[in-house]
Amino acid sequence: MNKHLTHLERLEAEAIHIFREVAATFANPVMLYSVGKDSSVMLHLAMKAFYPAKPPFPFLHVDTTWKFREMIEFRDAQARELGFELRVHINEEGVREGINPFIHGSNTHTHIMKTVGLRQALDKYGFDAAFGGARRDEEKSRAKERIFSFRNAQHGWDPKNQRPEMWKIYNTRVAKGESIRVFPLSNWTELDIWQYILRESIPIVPLYFAAPRPVVERDGMLIMVDDGRMELKRGERVEERMVRFRTLGCYPLTGAIESDAATLPEIVSEMLIARTSERQGRLIDKDEAGSMEKKKREGYF
Amino acid sequence: MNQINFPVAATGADDVLAFMDDQQKKPLLRFLTCGSVDDGKSTLIGRLLYDTKLLFEDQLAALQNDSRKHGTNGDEIDFALLVDGLEAEREQGITIDVAYRFFATPKRKFIVADTPGHEQYTRNMATGASTADLAIVLVDARQGILTQTRRHSFIASLLGIRHIVLAVNKIDLVDYSQEVFDRIVADYTAFARDLGFATIQPIPISARYGDNVSLKSSKLDWYDGPALLAHLETVSLDETDAARPFRFPVQYVNRPNQNFRGFAGTVASGGVAVGSPVVVAKSGKASRVKRIVTQDGDLAEAFEGQAITIVLEDEVEVSRGNMLVAPDSRPDVADQFAAHLVWFGEEAMIPGRPYLLRTETDQVSVTITDLKHRIDINSFAEEAAKTLALNEVGVCNLSTGEPIAFDPYAGNRSTGSFVLIDRMTNATVGAGMIDFALRRASNVHWQALDVDRDARAALKSQRPAVLWFTGLSGSGKSTVANLLEKQLHALGKHTYILDGDNVRHGLNRDLGFTSEDRVENIRRVGEVAKLMADAGLIVLVSFISPFQAERQLVRELLPANEFIEIFVDTPIEECIERDPKGLYAKALKGEIRNFTGVDSPYERPEKAEIHLKTSGRSTEELVAEIEKYLGARGIIGNYSADSWSI
Repeated sequence: MNKHLTHLERLEAEAIHIFREVAATFANPVMLYSVGKDSSVMLHLAMKAFYPAKPPFPFLHVDTTWKFREMIEFRDAQARELGFELRVHINEEGVREGINPFIHGSNTHTHIMKTVGLRQALDKYGFDAAFGGARRDEEKSRAKERIFSFRNAQHGWDPKNQRPEMWKIYNTRVAKGESIRVFPLSNWTELDIWQYILRESIPIVPLYFAAPRPVVERDGMLIMVDDGRMELKRGERVEERMVRFRTLGCYPLTGAIESDAATLPEIVSEMLIARTSERQGRLIDKDEAGSMEKKKREGYF
Repeated sequence: MNQINFPVAATGADDVLAFMDDQQKKPLLRFLTCGSVDDGKSTLIGRLLYDTKLLFEDQLAALQNDSRKHGTNGDEIDFALLVDGLEAEREQGITIDVAYRFFATPKRKFIVADTPGHEQYTRNMATGASTADLAIVLVDARQGILTQTRRHSFIASLLGIRHIVLAVNKIDLVDYSQEVFDRIVADYTAFARDLGFATIQPIPISARYGDNVSLKSSKLDWYDGPALLAHLETVSLDETDAARPFRFPVQYVNRPNQNFRGFAGTVASGGVAVGSPVVVAKSGKASRVKRIVTQDGDLAEAFEGQAITIVLEDEVEVSRGNMLVAPDSRPDVADQFAAHLVWFGEEAMIPGRPYLLRTETDQVSVTITDLKHRIDINSFAEEAAKTLALNEVGVCNLSTGEPIAFDPYAGNRSTGSFVLIDRMTNATVGAGMIDFALRRASNVHWQALDVDRDARAALKSQRPAVLWFTGLSGSGKSTVANLLEKQLHALGKHTYILDGDNVRHGLNRDLGFTSEDRVENIRRVGEVAKLMADAGLIVLVSFISPFQAERQLVRELLPANEFIEIFVDTPIEECIERDPKGLYAKALKGEIRNFTGVDSPYERPEKAEIHLKTSGRSTEELVAEIEKYLGARGIIGNYSADSWSI
């Protein structure tokens, strides 16, 4: 008897294996849940890995307070429906300082509300392993990262001194204060993610589908006006356009693309003829060359 | 991505679904590029991504920008910058760590690992090779076969890679010469003959200009083989062999409630069906598969590569690290075996030192009992060695604290592999491929004796213990131990002192003072102390024992609470001043080598039961402190049978 697994079946099995490995070997793991499509896929895989039990770890959302409102609604609905333990962390210091991506720029905002916020939450709960949805096809420094990626007690990544990762044997040992970031989707591409969402009918935030939305053109990007905190500059005006998002983050930093793709097959079809990579819609990767690697060393995912 | 294969004009939903279905069925080939530094590995991968149109406009723009800044090809695009993702890599123009890239053609999907060429990053090359089916060995046509070409080919062979592409690169720089190509191919096949590859396909290429990469080049019309991409699309994959016996390493026991107990894991080889008989590898207990559970519904059968949860008919004991296996073809279960070992640690591997051994799901303590030989990477000759340094390969015997279940690596990469982990730093320091179980392990059983340790200790009316004095030479270990023994003797306790110097005159007279000999010295003394404690004695061991790992090893030899570590803490300045045997004076003059505290390290105990700070205190005071501790632990004072439970 024999059977060849399809490409998605192989990726699914690998991810499930990774989830179980973490649950079996760490004292206090957590899944970082960012509410995006990759998080939706991770959540789905985590539910599969431990069926008929629920995932034996909590889900943490580091809320920068500038996420799209639809993301927050979706997040809470998912937690209710699937019955997983959701913890939300906000960097209250950052809130008190009034950190605002429009005023302080993407770098400062991301560093304080996301990177520092994440570090605070990890320290507060003492998590020794954290699942992230990063994929190797996203960015050059991520292509270099291990599936089980060691972080020192300051949450830093040392790209030049990574543990060898042989076969499917993962070194899960850490000393007190140290931790491992775990990336079950390392070997998935953006296309795999979409195909899997379609195959498994995984719910995702509606912002991924095209709809008429109020947007402003700024610095060559289409920024959606999601609430009253966005102030218009001279010459800018709010227009209703058919747009959707390829990735989701903080609304002031996430560019929409003009599109009519309102169904999953249409999204996939649009993606197949796309001429730009998905991270292009993100301001934070563009600030400087090698910026993702720098953020990762500081503890960003 | 993958836009090349997709009919751009047809974007209807049906076409998309058909396309996706097609994508799913493509076989996957995992390969790596290796070879010496500057042979063009990263450039080749960049070229493959470019030629298969997997680059987006913004990536291409960033590449052009990068090429001007860091590139080595003047104004032309430097494809290496596509894959060298770390800042340090781009600045130095080298590859440090393995990068994984994905691409596809109409026939196959590919995962390619771009691995570093520098010797110091060999472990990263091995990481890439451990999951690959094929290796592209690049050779610079101007340089020919180099040390790294041999090293990487050898490691590829060691890790079970069966297919090689010998890519003779930069052929443009030798005027597309067939003579150069033929000479390199002859050199390579001569030395690779013994490496056991199933296929070796030599191809002349220029990664920079794209000759023979995705298309055959007219400049190389003398070459009648395939272009690289065509070969990658057609080379026969080692199909998963369904005839291999069923192996299911248990990762996780899933017990959400009293009514469900499932064993979660990934099928490592073979297949299983509901009703199949299975046995638990380590205990030999038999049962049958009752259910194969997934969230998408129960399965009737499952095969290699599937992540499933198995429910058995019977309540048998199975935990993580064990395996469910086919009853008629079982794995080895042993605590001693021979293996090939690749060393990754900055510190050399030392026989006798305890490490952690990790298989896919099991973890046990392990020591290398015998380094049979080291393998010379150039000549593949076996040479005698006492240790393995960073990036060296050797053949060893290993002994684990408990038996593990395994298959020889040649038959199963999943169940025949392991890594070694340093117990102090948690670094991954080695990777091993098991060759065979050592028969003596399964045939020499521990002789159970009727008069046991409790009976012997009870006759002496005492609790056995090992008091382990560690500290620098001249710190006062022997003086304190000596006085303590006198006191214990006066109390009617049966004692014995094992003194470092004395033992070296007899049992350990064959050992010197190198790190590996020190480890063996401690191991033997630990075993002797264990036997004496077993005989019911209170054993006082006075040994410098400078390494944390070995003290831990002895601690684990003994039952909990029987090992009492006493750190005799005297500042080195004071030891040098005392210098009772005149040894520091000689060591400082360089007349004695490897002297602890001078040119060999002393690792201070972090969790000693007794931390004896000696400065300004008399021997009597120090002994009194130890006695107080022993009193509190019930080792001296009013002995009664009840105190056993402490």
